[in-house]
Amino acid sequence: MAAKFDNAIVRWIDHRLPIFSFMHHELHEYPTPKNLSYWWNFGSLAGIALVIMIVTGITLAMHYTPHVDYAFDSVERIMRDVNYGWLIRYLHTNGGSFFFIVVYIHIFRGMYYGSYKAPRELLWMLGVVILLLMMATAFMGYVLPWGQMSFWGATVITNLFSAIPVVGQSIVTWLWGGFSVDNATLNRFYSLHYLLPFVIVGVVILHMVALHRFGSNNPLGVDVKSAKDQIPFHPYYTIKDAFGLGVFLIFFSAFVFFAPNYLGHPDNYIQANPLVTPAHIVPEWYFLPFYAVLRAVPDKLGGVLLMFGSIAVLFILPWLDRSPVRSGQFRPIFKIFFWIIVLDSVLLTYLGGKPAEGGYVIAARFATAYYFMHFLIILPALSIFETPKPLPKSISEPVIGGGGGFAGATAAPKENVR
Amino acid sequence: MIARLKTLAAAAVLAAALGIGGGAGNAVAATGSAEIPSRDWSFDGVFGAFDRAALQRGFQVYQEVCASCHALSYVAYRHLDALGYNEAEIKAIAAAAEVEDGPNDEGEMFMRPGKPSDRFVSPFPNEQAARAANGGAYPPDLALIVKARANGANYAHALLVGYVDAPADVKIPDGMYYNASFPGHQIAMPQPLNADGVEYGDGTPASIAQQAEDVVTFLAWASEPEMEERKTAGVMVILFLLVFTGLLYASKRKIWADVH
Ligand code: HEC
Ligand code: HEM
Repeated sequence: MAAKFDNAIVRWIDHRLPIFSFMHHELHEYPTPKNLSYWWNFGSLAGIALVIMIVTGITLAMHYTPHVDYAFDSVERIMRDVNYGWLIRYLHTNGGSFFFIVVYIHIFRGMYYGSYKAPRELLWMLGVVILLLMMATAFMGYVLPWGQMSFWGATVITNLFSAIPVVGQSIVTWLWGGFSVDNATLNRFYSLHYLLPFVIVGVVILHMVALHRFGSNNPLGVDVKSAKDQIPFHPYYTIKDAFGLGVFLIFFSAFVFFAPNYLGHPDNYIQANPLVTPAHIVPEWYFLPFYAVLRAVPDKLGGVLLMFGSIAVLFILPWLDRSPVRSGQFRPIFKIFFWIIVLDSVLLTYLGGKPAEGGYVIAARFATAYYFMHFLIILPALSIFETPKPLPKSISEPVIGGGGGFAGATAAPKENVR
Repeated sequence: MIARLKTLAAAAVLAAALGIGGGAGNAVAATGSAEIPSRDWSFDGVFGAFDRAALQRGFQVYQEVCASCHALSYVAYRHLDALGYNEAEIKAIAAAAEVEDGPNDEGEMFMRPGKPSDRFVSPFPNEQAARAANGGAYPPDLALIVKARANGANYAHALLVGYVDAPADVKIPDGMYYNASFPGHQIAMPQPLNADGVEYGDGTPASIAQQAEDVVTFLAWASEPEMEERKTAGVMVILFLLVFTGLLYASKRKIWADVH
């Protein structure tokens, strides 16, 4: 379905390589529900954050030296002697944090509005894959400046694999490329830190292909019934996303320019020293909830399994929540539990930053238990016992249909056929 | 309206999560140390800038007192132009240092006077030599010290003025000193500052607190030499973004006016 273009060169190319038709179709006329709220801005923001990370990252890589003797110095050189090096580095460092903020909001948005339900299960699972890749990338990136937290964070986290029975220690040695975190480790982490963002780009493309198959979910969670429910992506959502980007950049700049180290740890401005262990080894804030789960379990292997389990449950979420109603707006009980799991995640984040002792550990155990209970017991139970509110007939007629019929949510969704 | 409020509440929760997460690391780092009083610094806040006179006095304190033990290795003499010194002054400061260079055509290392492009010469050739001269303790490089400690400027100040008599029940071993602000209270650094230990060119009375304030201002600059440029740029960027985002919002309203 070739679109019409005024420019003759564009027409010539498009006839042979329909790239302009493709872009017109997917970014311009792409039909989108007209009722998306600002919570839907976070998807495009995540994409922009990824671009910011890649652009600043490649620029940093031009000046960075991946060697245990020079890495820390080369980062300080970037900060002091490279023109606007401090800006590039602070954009990258804080960009990592903001990427996670945006993606976490994006995930909770999906959880509230049931965006993981049929027919978007694979779309959701690809999102979880992106989260895992981001975590791997950020973890290895944090090792690169070779500060105390870089070194000890890498030591603690890679050591987790030693919990695997029989082959654990061999795997750790293999990961390190030696018998401790050292130059070989730094080099492979740098190599992978450069590679993985491009793997993320690949998965993001798959994520977009899956998204454009059925289009966006929406705050009502009912399927698009007719063209009346939709508006073209451009100009409506391009301008809305641009406005959202402006707001994002204001918050982001406030950190980059006025509190660039607020989210970091002072110990990472001390060069790595294998002979001195920091008083408390804490990962970056975005890993804290998982770190809390890890330390909540007295057994090392159990802790590791539970930590990976906390992401694995997200993977199978589409099959844990069987309620045919997508949007939390029409699920009075689910809605309450949704906010509880948000608070539980915040609590885990807080506990992950506290020393693993006394009341903190006990609280972390309860919060961890609740986290799994939410996904493995509460959600499946709600699918059976909760009576949803009646759903609107369609997006353009938010009139309540009689008798609580699940108009739409159960009916086969309309494909974005082309 | 209700939906708006809910959105706000949700945003607040997320902001809180962020605050907790970010603050957590710092809170953890501070455990085990004494209460550190907060002071007003010339470089605090959005419009904060280093007090130039304090920077120069602080540099004098560093040179005359701290430099015999502590390196400042990421700072070059040419960077001192930020303190308000002119080229001739910087050349003179650099030339006072002895820098090892080489090898020359005969393959020998040789000493020469420092140049503005040289980095500050360290008092010891390596960590072992520094430890040997300090009873086994290592005086850390001060170029990043304000960023490398939680609440860095306040902490460094409290440390420098924190030499008080040890409580009667505390035994301090030989070669160690009691400090109210150092974590664990036993520090291997003897009290570095003494009243009138330096003589300021501008006539400022050199009390211990004054010298501490000045040298910490200097060290804060050494840790973040880009700070003033960063904040000035930040004000411009945020002002621009506010206007630009306002325009985007107006455009959004206009474009969406026909969607019902
Ligand atoms: C006689 C040598 C000597 C002089 C002079 C000296 N220091 Fe130190 N300093 C040390 C030693 C040794 C340590 C390490 C102490 C320890 O780890 O117990 C140290 C540690 C420090 C620390 C780090 C404390 C911490 O939290 O780890 C700071 C900050 C510091 N000195 C600042 C200064 C300043 C500012 C001056 C100049 C006013 C100065 N020092 C002068 C020897 C010295
Ligand atoms: C998914 C996107 C990315 C994430 C989440 C990410 C995350 C991080 C993090 C957390 C750090 C540590 C920053 C610090 O504490 O100083 C870092 C450092 C670094 N990253 Fe990335 N990064 C990403 C993409 C890239 C890319 C594409 C490159 C290009 C090669 C890159 C190159 C670097 C370099 C050279 C450093 C070391 C310099 C420094 O620490 O400031 N990054 N990254």
